[in-house]
Amino acid sequence: METKSKKKIKINDKVWLLISLIVALIVWFLLSIGEKTGRSFPYVPAVLDGMKTMIEREALWSDFASSMISVILGFALGFVTALPMAFLMAWYTPVRKIIEPWINFIRNIPALAYAGLIVIMLGIGRTPSVVLIWICTFMTMCITIFHGIRNIDNTLVKAARVLGANDMDIFFRITLPATVPFILTAVRLGLSAALTTLLAAESTGARAGLGMRIRTLQATFETNAMLGYIILIGIIGTLLNILVNLIERRLTSWQEKREG
Amino acid sequence: MAGEERGIKLSIQNVVKEYRGDHGTTVALNGVNLDILENEFICVVGPSGCGKSTLLNILAGLHEATNGECYLDGEVIHGTDVRRGVVFQQYALFPWQTVIQNVMFGPQMKRLPKQECLEIARKYIKMVGLEDFENSFPKELSGGMKQRVAIARAYANNPEVLLMDEPFGALDAQTRAQLQTELLKTWEEERKTCFFITHDVDEAVLLAQRVVIMSARPGRIKRIVDIDIPYPRDQGTKSEPRFMELKAEIWNEVYQEYLEVRK
Repeated sequence: METKSKKKIKINDKVWLLISLIVALIVWFLLSIGEKTGRSFPYVPAVLDGMKTMIEREALWSDFASSMISVILGFALGFVTALPMAFLMAWYTPVRKIIEPWINFIRNIPALAYAGLIVIMLGIGRTPSVVLIWICTFMTMCITIFHGIRNIDNTLVKAARVLGANDMDIFFRITLPATVPFILTAVRLGLSAALTTLLAAESTGARAGLGMRIRTLQATFETNAMLGYIILIGIIGTLLNILVNLIERRLTSWQEKREG
Repeated sequence: MAGEERGIKLSIQNVVKEYRGDHGTTVALNGVNLDILENEFICVVGPSGCGKSTLLNILAGLHEATNGECYLDGEVIHGTDVRRGVVFQQYALFPWQTVIQNVMFGPQMKRLPKQECLEIARKYIKMVGLEDFENSFPKELSGGMKQRVAIARAYANNPEVLLMDEPFGALDAQTRAQLQTELLKTWEEERKTCFFITHDVDEAVLLAQRVVIMSARPGRIKRIVDIDIPYPRDQGTKSEPRFMELKAEIWNEVYQEYLEVRK
């Protein structure tokens, strides 16, 4: 009986998602027929047409590839630097006391504001794009992982100690596995930060890229393709999120589900 | 093995513990002295805040005493040691490990070969009757089962002393009674020195050879009561006249302390 009712809820969720999508399409359609809103929100066929044009211009694929390279490089750098820094902050108070205020200060500044400074320093091209994404993903992930490490149940560390664990054992057998759920949350937030920084990152004189193209299309009022690009960024974000969810389900199935 | 001759296993000498906080210094323990004999089962009761958990943490080597020392077999206790096993109230199982992985954690820390770790773990999982749950994760177990795993994990390290911090405090009455009976049986067989903290006077009288009553603020030992009820004991022991007599006596003392704290 119980499994039956659970299954029912699962179907409901999918149906809800479908309903949500249909409502979105209706709202979009209403926007597309409005006199003023129609200029910014052309409907599905027009958008697909715009994307077709971009494929014919041989821009879409190189824009997508260029953006993904910047996102992946920036995110990877952000991750490999945020992880050790989060541990240093959790273990050594002076590191935390000095670094944490910096991160909290810079985090509130839009990346676009200091993008220019990065270009002046590094010149135009891919490097400043990657560095900008690196900075943004680093801050988000470092803070998230740091708070995760600080929230580890101290009783588990005590339990391991009385069972004879040394510092190395504690790190590999307790701290690291206990931090995995927070690392995955950090990855999710980091990927999201990487995508939302894309426009700022590609305002630095990039030659291709989804963010860069959205700007140039705006200059020529090509809203069909522009809206297509915007939706594409959303789709990439959703797919990355689904990917992280799959990894999460594999790695943290041991977690107690919070109820209510 | 040496007949009736029982040495002092654990010794607590003049232990003082102070905590420095924002509102001055709190004295959690103020000169505690206690000798625990080889193979003895000791229960400590007292109102919350009397420092009984602090005392256990010092014995475990997880906290340092501000003053005074504790000894195991005459050796000063400094830091944790596998000879002193601990069972916590909140189970403290590693949630990312299965039952068997949890229980073999101690032997693994001793760097024993994997096969031996598994054998030891299986033996103690069998002792607590969880053979069918070897590969379950803690989240799939009930509270009583979790605490059984925690007890098996402590035993798997073959400690000389078991320190138990209100291990059954979070369990419902029936499960608690069942685990008390199981613990009694295990102790009667193995006679491992037990230092058991509880706020449940029934539990203390049922399990212990001596019950230590602590007074609150600052925490110190108020009285030690010998429980002269012969083993083997079980839940039926609770309806014996001598049990009720001792329980009433200890309960009164603890209640007075509780009223003191409330003042």
